[in-house]
Order: sequence, then structure tokens, then C-alpha cells
Amino acid sequence: MALHSSVLLRRKHRRETARTLAFLSPWLIGFGVFFAYPLVSTVYFSFMKYDGFTAPVFTGLKNWDYVFNHYPFFWQGLRNTLWLVVVMVALRVVFGLGIGLLITKLRTGTGFFRTAFYLPYLAPPVAATMAFAFLLNPGTGPVNHLLGDLGLPQPGWFTDPSWSKPALTMLAMWGVGDLMVIFMAALLDVPKEQYEAAELDGAGPWQRFRYVTFPNISPIVMFAVVTGVIQTMQYYTQAIVAGKVASGVIGGSGQQFEPGYPHGSTWTLPQMVYSLGFQRFDTGSACVVALVLFAISMAFTSLLLRRGAGFVSNED
Amino acid sequence: MTLTISLPLTARTAAARVARRRAVLHWVAVHSLAVAAALFFLLPFVFVFLTSVMTDRQALTSELWPTQWQWGNYLKVWQTPGFLGWWRNTLVYAGLGTLLTVVSSVPVAYALAKFRFRGRNLALMAVISMMMLPPQVTVVPMYLFWAKQLHLTGTLWPLIIPMAFGDAFSIFLLRQFLLTIPKEYIEAARIDGCGDLRTLLRVVLPMARPAIAAVALFQFFYCWNDYFGPQIYASENEGAWTLSYGLESFKGAHHTNWNLTMAATLLVMAPVIVLFFFAQKAFIEGVTLTGVKG
Repeated sequence: MALHSSVLLRRKHRRETARTLAFLSPWLIGFGVFFAYPLVSTVYFSFMKYDGFTAPVFTGLKNWDYVFNHYPFFWQGLRNTLWLVVVMVALRVVFGLGIGLLITKLRTGTGFFRTAFYLPYLAPPVAATMAFAFLLNPGTGPVNHLLGDLGLPQPGWFTDPSWSKPALTMLAMWGVGDLMVIFMAALLDVPKEQYEAAELDGAGPWQRFRYVTFPNISPIVMFAVVTGVIQTMQYYTQAIVAGKVASGVIGGSGQQFEPGYPHGSTWTLPQMVYSLGFQRFDTGSACVVALVLFAISMAFTSLLLRRGAGFVSNED
Repeated sequence: MTLTISLPLTARTAAARVARRRAVLHWVAVHSLAVAAALFFLLPFVFVFLTSVMTDRQALTSELWPTQWQWGNYLKVWQTPGFLGWWRNTLVYAGLGTLLTVVSSVPVAYALAKFRFRGRNLALMAVISMMMLPPQVTVVPMYLFWAKQLHLTGTLWPLIIPMAFGDAFSIFLLRQFLLTIPKEYIEAARIDGCGDLRTLLRVVLPMARPAIAAVALFQFFYCWNDYFGPQIYASENEGAWTLSYGLESFKGAHHTNWNLTMAATLLVMAPVIVLFFFAQKAFIEGVTLTGVKG
């Protein structure tokens, strides 16, 4: 009898495993072909000299040495990426939270304002960047026109190395709608009784924010910061398109655009992978930069997972 | 002194008046701030639009208001060689990509949310790692794979085919939603004799409709907006360009014509914004689902 039921149990277990594998199979294949295999290949190519045409040759750490010690843009690109990570993420989170708070305080026109604040987030990045390149065009753009009318200085924006990253940051803040929605949802979830209790204790608006609102939404703030950092590590389209439009060198035949315009101020790590791998056909060095990017991104992802008990629940 | 003059007022109504005045001031302050913010978010659209209907010559000045409204600019953009092809390619990429993503991601998300098996947490961690992986990390070997083994570069297939194997972000978002479906429904279906597939199709899917709508929308927007993918895989063949990639070359061909460029820019933005107005609820739900715990 006992033997009989254990056979049944084993059979049931095998059936369940088969069913799980069947449901997971699309992703299991995808994980192998589009994640594990290329990742291992990236490591392999980082030790090879390979131009994509002649056979790869093993060169040891030569590509690594080249990227870290001789490639003129690597450290500049890393510094730019870190600048963007710190300033862009901080300003986006603070601004997104501010807009989220503002929308919860509105009594009239909520629908209109929410849509207005959200719309720019939907604009395709290339289109949004082209629009900003036009708006911030130093000579003919409406922004400098208005600044001139007000008697304010007119920066060179995307054409001035000290203004190009702030201009990109402004573009990122314009598209803050996703964070606004996340913060709005979190703010509406803060228990009302806590505000009432704080008010009875005589807490002013700032104290209510500091001791009631913030502790309640801090996991979401943390989530926004970490995902923001990971997104900014991938920052690509806006930087390259802004550089192309502002410099006037746009693809097509003959001319080739070297990212980073002006003066390398908008180089980022992802653009280096593109430039090294697909413009200079230096596959090995492109893979080295890709691995640096991978290491940094996964460090932040593990932070998200560690702090993530709240974001990734495992109960069913 | 003042109190004795306004004698009919009791202390209570005076306090109420102060409170009301404060509420009005608060309303005015908050709403002026909102209007200022709305200007920051909407004025770029207004300026882009105004420029898109200027004459070629006026678009080269920094004037803000069109002297002559050139609605024909939109027709000119539409008739630019290649523009219609970019539309077709973008629709194929976004449409097929979205369909394949949903079909392949739903069963994976269901298994991760509702099946108990060894390695489930590990699988979930792997999904999240894949979601956070910058596409540039794997692009070099992937390009070589599509170019040398399958000879498919210069088409959009290297972008579409991978979507038949589950998309990490969609799996994650769907799983977060499926967790909220009580397991009693699934058990009830099983007791009624439904197999796993039938349970998924007949019981779970109808309940998960909002999450599936959100995933489909997100994927559609992702494909529509994608610039890196088409630049890597399709740039060598002009016949395979998408709107995102073509838009920038459009600026190259008309490099002095900001009016035409801005008209093209608005035409590329328009479908996304129109779709948003039809599916606002699904979209907002999706954003909150990823940010708030499941």
C-alpha cells in the first residue's frame, strides 16, 4: 500500500515537472540563446582580436589594456555616465516626487493636469530629442528667444560642452511622467489616520512630509533610484541623437558621426560599445566595455534584489 | 478694537473665515504651481507645432508665431520618399513583436506566479537580471550570430524573432499581476476537471485582461520607440528602416528645414499619443504594477 502511493506520488511529481518545463520553455530557450550564450561570447571575444571578417586571434589582456589605458574616451565616458547617473537620477526622482505630490493636492482639473504631466513620457525618445534640439537651438530656438526677451544669458545648450549634459537632464525631467504615476499611487496609499494623528500632535506641512509621508513611500523612492541608475547606465538614444542633430553630422553616406559631441561631453558607455564594435570594427574592445557595463548594472540589480523583499514578493 | 466693530461675528465664524481664506490661498498656490508645471510639459509641444506650420524661410528665424500657416508641410513630409515604408516597417515590428511577446510571456509568468517548483526563486532572479541587462552588453555576439549564421541583418527579423521567446519585463509585470489572483479560482477550475492549459486560457486569462493590455501597450511603445535595435540590425538597408531610425536621417536630408523636421517629429509622436488616449487606464495600471509590490 505504502509502496503503491509512493509510486503514484513520484508519477505525479514527474508530471508536474514536465508541465512546469513546458510552461517555462519559451523563456528557457530565450534565456539560453539571448542571455547566457551572448554573455559567454562577450567574455570570449574580450580576449580576442577580431574585426568581424578575418578569423579571431587570442591576444590575452590586450583589449583590456587598450580600453583602460589607451582608448582616449573610456574614462571621459565613464565620468559622463556617472555625472548623468548622479544628477539626472537625483533630479528626476525629486522632480517626479514633487509633481506626484502636486497632483495629489489638486482639487480641480486633476485629469487635465495628470495627462499634461504624463504626455511627454510617451514621446518617442528620438522625436523628443529632435524636438529639444530644435527648442534649445542656440541661434533660432524659441527657448533662447524667450531668454533673450527676458534679458537672461543664452546658453549654447547641445553645442556647448558645459551645457550639453544639463540640456540632456532637462530632457529627462520633461519625461518624468512614469515616476509621477508611481509616486502618485504610493502617496495615495499612505494611511489617512497617520496624517490626522500628526496634525493632532501639531505637525506642520514639512513635519508631516518628513515623519509621515516619506517613511511610507521610502521603498518606492528606493525603487525609483535603483531602476533610474540602471536605466541611466543604458543611456544611449538621446545622447547620440542630440549630438548628431547639434553637430549637423547625420548618418547616411560618407560622413560618420563620432559620438560625444561636443568635445566628448556626451560620451556614454553604451555609445562606446556601438562606436568600437560597429564603427571601428574592434569587436574585442567593444566587448570589454560591454562587460564593464554589465558589471556595474548587475551590481545595482543585486542591490535592487537585496532591498527588494518589498518589490518582488514570493507569496502566492 | 476690530473685534468690537465687527460685533455680529462670533469667534467661531471668524475662525471659519480665516480657515476658508487659508483654503482659498492654498487652492490658488497649488493651482498656480500646477499651471506653471503644465507650461513646462506642454509648451515644447506648442512650439514644435507652431514651427511645423511655418514657411521654410520663417523657420530659419527665431520668430515664435507663424505668419503664414503652411498646412502643406505635413503633406510634404508624408510624400518624402521612404516615409511610408518607415511606417509600414514600424507597424510590422511593433505589431508582430507585441503579439509574439504576449503569447510567449503569459505561460512563463503563470508558471512563475502559480506553480511551486524547485528553482522558482532562481528563475525569478534570472528574469529580473535579464530585465535589467543593458542591450549593449550582448549586442556584439548577437549581431555576429544574426549576420554570420542566419544572414538576417538588414531586416527587422533579428528584432522580432527574439520576442517569440518571452520578454523579461513583460513576464515580470504579468507575474506581479497574476500573484493577486486568488488561488481558489485556480483550484476550483482544477476540481471541475480543467487541465493546466484550459485553466490558464479559460479562467486566468480573462481575469488578467488589464495586465495583458498593459504589457501589450508597453511592448508596442517599446518597439515604436526603439532606436538602438533598428540602428544595429536594419541601418544597412534603407528598405528596413523604422520611423525612429528614419526620423533622424530625415533631419539629415532636410538639414535646414526645421519646419518639415518638426512636422515629421509630430507625425512620429502622434500614434503613440492617440493610442494613449484610448488606453489610458491600462497604461497607468501597468506603470503602477511595476513600481508597487505585487
